[in-house]
Amino acid sequence: MIRIEKLHKSYPIGKDSLHVLKGIDLHIKEGEFVSIMGSSGSGKSTLLNIVGLLDIHDEGDYYLNGQLIKDMNEKKAALLRNKFLGFIFQSFNLISYKTAVENVALPLYYKGIGRKERLEIALDYLEKVGLKEWANHLPNELSGGQKQRVAIARALVTKPKVVLADEPTGALDSTTTDNVMDLLKDINDEGMTVFVITHEEEVAEQTKRIVRLKDGVIISDEFTNAGKLPKATKAV
Amino acid sequence: MFDLDRWREIFQSINKNRLRSVMSGFTVAFAILLFTLLFGISNGLGNFFKTAFADDAQNSMFVRVWRTTKPYKGLQSGRSVQLKNEDYNFVADEYANKIEYQSARIYKNFVIKYKNEASTYSVMAVNPDHQFLEKTIIDEGRYLNERDIREKSKVIVIGRLIKKDLFGEKPAINKRVIVNGSSFLIIGIFSDDGGDNEERKAYIPVTTSQMMYGNNDYISQINLGYNPNLSTDAAIAFGNKMERDMRKRLNIHPDDQSALSVRNMAEANKFVSTVSFALFIIIIFIGSGTLIAGIIGISNIMIFVIKERTKEFGIRKALGAKPSSIVGMVVQESVLITTIAGYAGLTLGTYILSLIGNSLEEKYFIKDPSVSSGLVIGATIVLIISGLIAGYLPAKRAANIKPIEALRAD
Repeated sequence: MIRIEKLHKSYPIGKDSLHVLKGIDLHIKEGEFVSIMGSSGSGKSTLLNIVGLLDIHDEGDYYLNGQLIKDMNEKKAALLRNKFLGFIFQSFNLISYKTAVENVALPLYYKGIGRKERLEIALDYLEKVGLKEWANHLPNELSGGQKQRVAIARALVTKPKVVLADEPTGALDSTTTDNVMDLLKDINDEGMTVFVITHEEEVAEQTKRIVRLKDGVIISDEFTNAGKLPKATKAV
Repeated sequence: MFDLDRWREIFQSINKNRLRSVMSGFTVAFAILLFTLLFGISNGLGNFFKTAFADDAQNSMFVRVWRTTKPYKGLQSGRSVQLKNEDYNFVADEYANKIEYQSARIYKNFVIKYKNEASTYSVMAVNPDHQFLEKTIIDEGRYLNERDIREKSKVIVIGRLIKKDLFGEKPAINKRVIVNGSSFLIIGIFSDDGGDNEERKAYIPVTTSQMMYGNNDYISQINLGYNPNLSTDAAIAFGNKMERDMRKRLNIHPDDQSALSVRNMAEANKFVSTVSFALFIIIIFIGSGTLIAGIIGISNIMIFVIKERTKEFGIRKALGAKPSSIVGMVVQESVLITTIAGYAGLTLGTYILSLIGNSLEEKYFIKDPSVSSGLVIGATIVLIISGLIAGYLPAKRAANIKPIEALRAD
């Protein structure tokens, strides 16, 4: 599903440049539940942004669903994101003036699906995350956990191949963290590839595979207990 | 362009962000309001100048004489100058190619009587061309013609108000009235835009007047309409030349302004067109300045708005929005706001102008201030284009920011 070879990325800082990713090799198969661990500055967010086509890498190759990501313009990237990727952010990133159901339906709008149909689909997904009664509330009327569940419904509504979650529990307390992680596990059980970025051990342990990043290189890549179950996929 | 979902998105965004929508709309509405008022008022001034001279033809010239105030060629001052038929014919022959219309005028005041109704009116003895020089509008019957002149017919054309005075609602055409004791046949009834006084006049053939009242060849005044193909400057030169020639013929001192004057509408026209042009330039300058200020105002607001929405655009892009759809959304929103607000300003402006109406004519020389539909359409197009530009440039920039940077914005 995701194949990354010798990936490099640096950011210019004044005259110098900051080398953030220093040759990452990573292969994630369809249906995996992977977490990227690392302290801040380890390059994990940069990695997720590149995987999510929100940012462009400098060197190396990146294949998404077998397609080489190269010479991306914003338009092509937007189409691929809409087709293959669902995003969950630490700060939820809901549009404040849209209701929960409208937020969930937004990716379908960019897919070109009619209003009535997309609101129906969006409502189904809200039901799935247990927020059907909150469909017509604005984000500022929801709790943090509820907002994140709306965001998850929004990430899932286009039936993406990969769900990318950037510190999805970073702004949540421990109970809601568990709720969110349970949801992500359910998604993964349905066969979706889930890619989580976190610095919390408890969160990482609930995934099936943990990749640890330090100073732009992978220092370890191992399966968790959950990942060692017979059904799980082996790493390459 | 017509995408119901897109419109829904835009209305939602406008509705949920009322303050900023109203603010940007207000800038435009105010600019267009000022623009409309300025244009309307300048039009009003222009209208006043135009109608101030509307009574007579735009190309008319009058040759008038009085008493001399300077001795000349052995003639004493205080001599009364008299125009005669020969002077009239001299003008007709000498300047034939420069003249469109020509008429003599003799002023009389006579009692006109019909049955028991009688009153004194100004009766002018003229030639047929006088109709065009005075812009007389024939309501019924006909004006004087060359045959009336030749045959010295006792016919009369009366003003609408004379007819009303003497006949009331009854028909007057082909009725006979007594003018200064002689019977005249009414051949026509006229009206005139020059006001009530002009409609209390009557016209008779110049030859009839000369025969009946003094049996001479005197005339009071020569009226001309210069050839409209002449440029204003050429017409002024023509007037000056004729004045010199007439002074020579009538033995009047070249500097004796009180004895003879040629009133030339070309000079007034030149003045009016110069003033109108200056006015036009000033209005263009101020008006376009106001418009530009409005456009800059809305551009500023749009830049601010787009900065504020950068994160939202980042989210939309992460969810699969193409840059073009974001630019399109912003531009459409901006065009919508500018068009509606501009139209509101325009409507308010035209409404205020219509309220002003002619109330400022007496004191401020502003008559019927209004804007033409062409200008309204033009201004609307300018608005739409400015909305496009105001929205497009910043939106294009925002849409090209990498989503990761946009998401980081707060």
